[in-house]
Amino acid sequence: MIELSDYLLLSAILFAISVAGIIINRKNVITLLMCIELMLLSVNTNFIAFSHFLEDIAGQVFVFFVLTVAAAEAAIGLAIIVVLFRNRATIDVEQLNQLKG
Amino acid sequence: MNDSINFSLITSEIFILCAICFIMIVDLFQRDKERNLTYALTQLTLIILFFIEYNHINNESVIAFSGHWIVDKLSTVLKLSIYLITFISILYARPFISHRNMMRGEYYLLTLFAVSGMMIMVSANSFLTVYLGLELLSLSLYTLVALQRDSKLASESAVKFFVMGGLASGFLLYGISLIYGISGSVIIADVAQNYLTNDIDLVSQFGLVFIVIGIAFKFGAVPFHMWLPDIYHGSPSSVTAFIASVPKIAAFGMTMRLLVGAFPLFVQDWTNMILVIALLSIIFGNLVAVSQSNLKRLLAYSAIAHIGYFLLGIVPATDASYSASMYYIIVYAFMTVAGFGIVIFMSVENKEYQEISDLRGLGRYHPWYALMFTVVMASLAGIPPFIGFWPKLEIFRHLISNGMIIEATIAIAFSVIGLFYYLKVIKEMYFEDATQSPEISSSRSLKIAISINCLLLILFGLMPDSIYHYCLDAFGVLA
Repeated sequence: MIELSDYLLLSAILFAISVAGIIINRKNVITLLMCIELMLLSVNTNFIAFSHFLEDIAGQVFVFFVLTVAAAEAAIGLAIIVVLFRNRATIDVEQLNQLKG
Repeated sequence: MNDSINFSLITSEIFILCAICFIMIVDLFQRDKERNLTYALTQLTLIILFFIEYNHINNESVIAFSGHWIVDKLSTVLKLSIYLITFISILYARPFISHRNMMRGEYYLLTLFAVSGMMIMVSANSFLTVYLGLELLSLSLYTLVALQRDSKLASESAVKFFVMGGLASGFLLYGISLIYGISGSVIIADVAQNYLTNDIDLVSQFGLVFIVIGIAFKFGAVPFHMWLPDIYHGSPSSVTAFIASVPKIAAFGMTMRLLVGAFPLFVQDWTNMILVIALLSIIFGNLVAVSQSNLKRLLAYSAIAHIGYFLLGIVPATDASYSASMYYIIVYAFMTVAGFGIVIFMSVENKEYQEISDLRGLGRYHPWYALMFTVVMASLAGIPPFIGFWPKLEIFRHLISNGMIIEATIAIAFSVIGLFYYLKVIKEMYFEDATQSPEISSSRSLKIAISINCLLLILFGLMPDSIYHYCLDAFGVLA
């Protein structure tokens, strides 16, 4: 039997991986996008696990909304990356250094 | 009072969504390059919303839609200020975007979408509604920043904004999911009810930390501030004026709902975190702003400092101090939109003058506008009799009356340091020699708008009660 704590551990690990990915990654903006998606998925895991063990439907409804928003967010993120690529001809994170001070 | 379904409570939300759909279709058929009709309809929508909302200002607090929605004085006052400041920022935006290949209907529509997201945020009474409102706001803002498609700076700042915004939402959501797991409900009132009988455990504290981090990220408070100066600098100035002012008001509403609404008994747990964040923001923001030469970056660091003062107002955790905080954030939004109005004003057809040294000679060649900018800077610095002084005074007063003398002393000391960089801008305008007259925008509507905005800063400064009255009323402090 898989316990609630196992799910929570899984989602905590996923969350940590995604945060580390955003902070450590120095190469590609697409990876950042993937990390943000992973983060939302780890939250979804949490919600579904709680929803199942509490026998409360609200958590699953929340997941539907999070999934929808994540899809919209991915679309906008990719569009922004396309704009960036047109202007810069690169999506390297290290090249994003014109703004500083 | 708990009505399950009561559509009269969401009249303004229904109205703005219908207006957005209508404006979208009207905009499709416009041949006009200047988008006069779209502009007029957008402003008309905001004015009508203002009057709809103003009629409800004395209504009692009502919770509806199975507990997901709340209409009270707090939400009404916040919404009114959101409409007003959005209205001003669109006034500023129009001459700016028409020269920069951004005069498209989308600019107005995305602004309206952001406004509707903020309306949902301040009226939310469940984690779900807060999250949806927040995302509607954030997604519109990302797009607004990226709207200047041919600018390298704007696209870079859009990417940064997107990643940081996504990270912040992720933190907030993770915290919410843990709180949901412990309390078994996403309705804020039920969460608070649950903690009345159960003590706060480790998991809830963990969740609370994540929620506070998410909120601090959205505000751009130290140590989660690194995105803020880049975004303010890189975005088109008119968009900066919008994202620097109005969303802060909505974020205040969100903070009140999430922290005060859901964790009223564990004030000590989150005020300690907020206190550290607030003091760090005040110290860091004021110190770094001193060395800035770009006006937009200077205002960005001053924004970090202001967020610190505002958060400091939440720390005493009394209704009176919340209303002082609310007063601060509304006044701050009002001042900062004028501050970025200066940046917009100092731009001609295809060039922008963002350096502080570009203001040289303004006092000699354009004395009226130099005077107006002086008012803005003095107001941001918090010099009486301008409006910026009063909310600061109130916040310090509440800190001291609640026994936080050391915190108040630090905040006051750093607001004196803050005075330095605001006065530096004034010094550049009046006391530096200029070889030629600085170029300013030729748009007449912009000239009128900035003058009125600055004169209002003086007027409200002379009648500080005018706004504060509503803020006190929102928290029921008014005797």
